[in-house]
Amino acid sequence: MEETLIEEGETNKDIEVAPALIAVHPTQKSVAVAVGSDLRVFDFQGVSAVSLVDDTSGPFHKDSIRAIRYSADGNLFVSAGDDKVVKIWSTESWCCICTVPSEKRVSAVALSNDSLYVCFADKFGVVWVVDLDGFDGNQMLVNKKAAPLLAHYCSIITSLEFSPDGRFVISADRDFKIRVTVFPKKPLDGAHEIQSFCLGHTEFVSCLDFVFTSDYPQGFLVSGSGDSTVRLWDISSGSLLDTCEVGAKAELLESNGKEEECSLAITDLCTFPDGTLIAVATQSLQGIVLLSCDLSTRTLSITRVVSIMGEAFIPTSLGMSSSAGLLWMVTGVSNLHRFDNPPLARVRIVSGFEKSSPGDPTVLEDNEILGGDKLLEKLQGSVSVEEKVFLAAAEAVKTAMSNLLVKKQYSTEKREFRKRARNDRKIKQ
Amino acid sequence: MLENEANPTLSKSTGLPRKRFYRARAHSNPLSDSHFPVPTSPCHVDFSLHYPQFCSSSDQIDSSKKIQFADIGCGFGGLLISLSTLFPDTLMIGMELRDKVTEYVKERILALRVANPGQYQNISVVRTNSMKYIPNYFEKGQLSKMFFLFPDPHFKEKNHRRRVISTHLLDEYAYALGVGGIIYTITDVEELGDWMKACLESHPMFEALTEEELEADPVVKLLSSATEESQKVARNGGQTFQAVYRRIMPAA
Ligand SMILES: C[S@@+](CC[C@H](N)C(=O)[O-])C[C@H]1O[C@@H](n2cnc3c(N)ncnc32)[C@H](O)[C@@H]1O
Repeated sequence: MEETLIEEGETNKDIEVAPALIAVHPTQKSVAVAVGSDLRVFDFQGVSAVSLVDDTSGPFHKDSIRAIRYSADGNLFVSAGDDKVVKIWSTESWCCICTVPSEKRVSAVALSNDSLYVCFADKFGVVWVVDLDGFDGNQMLVNKKAAPLLAHYCSIITSLEFSPDGRFVISADRDFKIRVTVFPKKPLDGAHEIQSFCLGHTEFVSCLDFVFTSDYPQGFLVSGSGDSTVRLWDISSGSLLDTCEVGAKAELLESNGKEEECSLAITDLCTFPDGTLIAVATQSLQGIVLLSCDLSTRTLSITRVVSIMGEAFIPTSLGMSSSAGLLWMVTGVSNLHRFDNPPLARVRIVSGFEKSSPGDPTVLEDNEILGGDKLLEKLQGSVSVEEKVFLAAAEAVKTAMSNLLVKKQYSTEKREFRKRARNDRKIKQ
Repeated sequence: MLENEANPTLSKSTGLPRKRFYRARAHSNPLSDSHFPVPTSPCHVDFSLHYPQFCSSSDQIDSSKKIQFADIGCGFGGLLISLSTLFPDTLMIGMELRDKVTEYVKERILALRVANPGQYQNISVVRTNSMKYIPNYFEKGQLSKMFFLFPDPHFKEKNHRRRVISTHLLDEYAYALGVGGIIYTITDVEELGDWMKACLESHPMFEALTEEELEADPVVKLLSSATEESQKVARNGGQTFQAVYRRIMPAA
C-alpha cells in the first residue's frame, strides 16, 4: 500500500480534502456535522449547540474526520478519521468516553446493532473491532484496544454496515468489492466466515445501506458506486437483484447540453425507514435523486429528482432519523486554501415525503428549520454561507474522491517512467 | 538461415517454449495496482477460451463443469502439467502475477496440447493478483484443492503482510474452498514454513491432515517434485517444509 500510494504520487496535500459529513440521531434528538477536524452537534431537546467534552488522552480530532455514526439506540456516537483515532461519545453527556488508537487512518465506522461493538476500517483494508461490553453509559473506558476482525487485501474500505438482523457485517472497498462476513459470537477472535461477495460494480463502491420492512426483516443491501449506479443485493447469496443507472439521469439534468465526459459517481445514499424510498447524492447534481424500492419484485426505479432551487447546493452527505421523516443534507469540505477557516458547511433539509403529506417533497427555507439560526450557526459555522464557498467545496470533494478511489490508467511509458523515478528516489535515500 | 525462420521462442527439438525467452523480474510487487483486466465476477470469466475442448462438448455435464483446482503463484506451471494427466477430468487453473511467466505457461500448455492430442485440455493460466482477486474468479465453495508451492518468503517483518498465506487471506481461501477441500503449502524457507503452519493451525476453518491421509494422497508427493522451484531445491539438496490442511465447518 505504501508502494501504491507512492505509485499514485498525486497524493497531494492540497487536494486531499475531506467532504463534510452529517449524521442524525435515530429519534432526531440531535444532529451532528463533521467538517475537517471539527465535530459540531446541535441538540433539539435543549434547542442549543452542544459543547463536547473530551478528557481522553488527546482531546478532540486533529485531522479530517472521515466517518461519523450514531448507535442504533442513539446512546453512543462514534467519530474517526485521518488523525488515526476513533472517538466514542456518550450522547447523553456528549463526553468522549473512549479514544481508541488506530495504526492507520480510519475510513469507515459502524456499531453492532446491540451497541456492544464498534468496528472501524483503516485505509489499508483492515477492519478492527472494539468491545464496549460492561460500559454502563457514564464511566470512561481507558486503554481500549482494537482487535483485527477481517481484511480486504490492501484496498481502501469505503463503507461498513451491519445487516438489520445483526448477523453480518458488510464492508465495501475501492476495488469494486462488497464483502458479507458472518459477525461472530466472539468478534475479538476475528470474523473468518465469509457469507458472500456482492460483485457487479465496475468502479469503487462509495456507500452502503439496507432497506428492510416488516415483510422483509432481513432486508436487502443497497450500494452506490463510482460507476454511477445504485445496486440492490441479496446478501445471503451475493446475488445482484437490480441495477439503477442514477448517474445517467443526473447527468442529463446537469449537463444542460454541455458534454460531461466522465460519469458521475454516487457520493452517498440514505434509505428511508419505511423501506420504500432511497435518497441518492451524486457528484455535480444540485439536489438528490429519489429511488423507489419495491422489495416484493426486488427492483429499484427512479421516481423523481428533488432539485435545490436558488442555490448551487451539491450534497456531500445525507442523513435521516428513523422517525421524523426529514432528509438532512450537508455540503462542505475540510480545508480550502482560498477561503478562511473555520471550515464552512451548508445544511439543507427536505421534508414532505409522507404519503399523507400534500404535494411534493420540498427543500425547507432556512427560516423554516427547527432550531433556526442557532442550528445553522452551529452546524454550518455561520448563519449564512457564501455560495461560491460550497461550489468550490463540491468541486474539491469531487477531485479528492477521484484521486483517492479511482484507479489511474497509465500508459506503459508513463509507468516505466514512474518506476524509474521511484528507483532514483530510493538510491538517493 | 533456416533457424531464423522458425519461431525462436520455441525449442526445435520439443516444440515447447524455451524458458529463456520468458525471463522476468524475480519478484513482482503484489501490492502495487494492477494493470491487467479483472473479471467483475466469476460469471464474467469466459472459461470456453481456457478449456475449449471441455466447453465445446455437447455433453451437459462437461459444459457446466467448474474449475476445481487452483495453483496460486504457479510460476512456470510444472505442477499443473503433472496434475493434468493425474486428474484428466478436473479443470484446473494457475494464477500468476508476472506477465512474462504467465505468457510462458500459456505457450507451454498450447504446445503440449498440440504435441499430445486430447491431453492437457484441462489446464490453463491467468495473470492476476491472487491476493486481491480470488473472489472474482471463484464462487463460494467451488474449489476442492488450492496449492501454494514455494511462495515468495518476504523475510522482513514489515513485508509479512505481503505473504500469500495469512490469517486474513485464509478467510478468502476458506470461502473459495468447499468443505473437505484441501490446501497444500510447501517451502524451502523454514521460517516461512513455520509461519504458514501457524496461520493454518490457528484458523478455525482448517484442520491438519493426518499422517495416514498425507501418505494416501498422491498429490502430496508432487509438492516436492513437480514444480520448477521444487526441482531446484531438490537439486541443491535443500530441506522442505510442508503444511497440508483441510477446510472444515467452523464450530458454531
Ligand atoms: C518462488 S515462485 C514459485 C513458483 C511455483 N509455484 C514453483 O513452485 O515453481 C512464486 C511465484 O508466485 C508468484 N506470485 C507472487 N505473488 C503473487 C500474487 N499475489 N498473485 C499471483 N502470483 C503471485 C510469483 O510471480 C512467482 O512466480
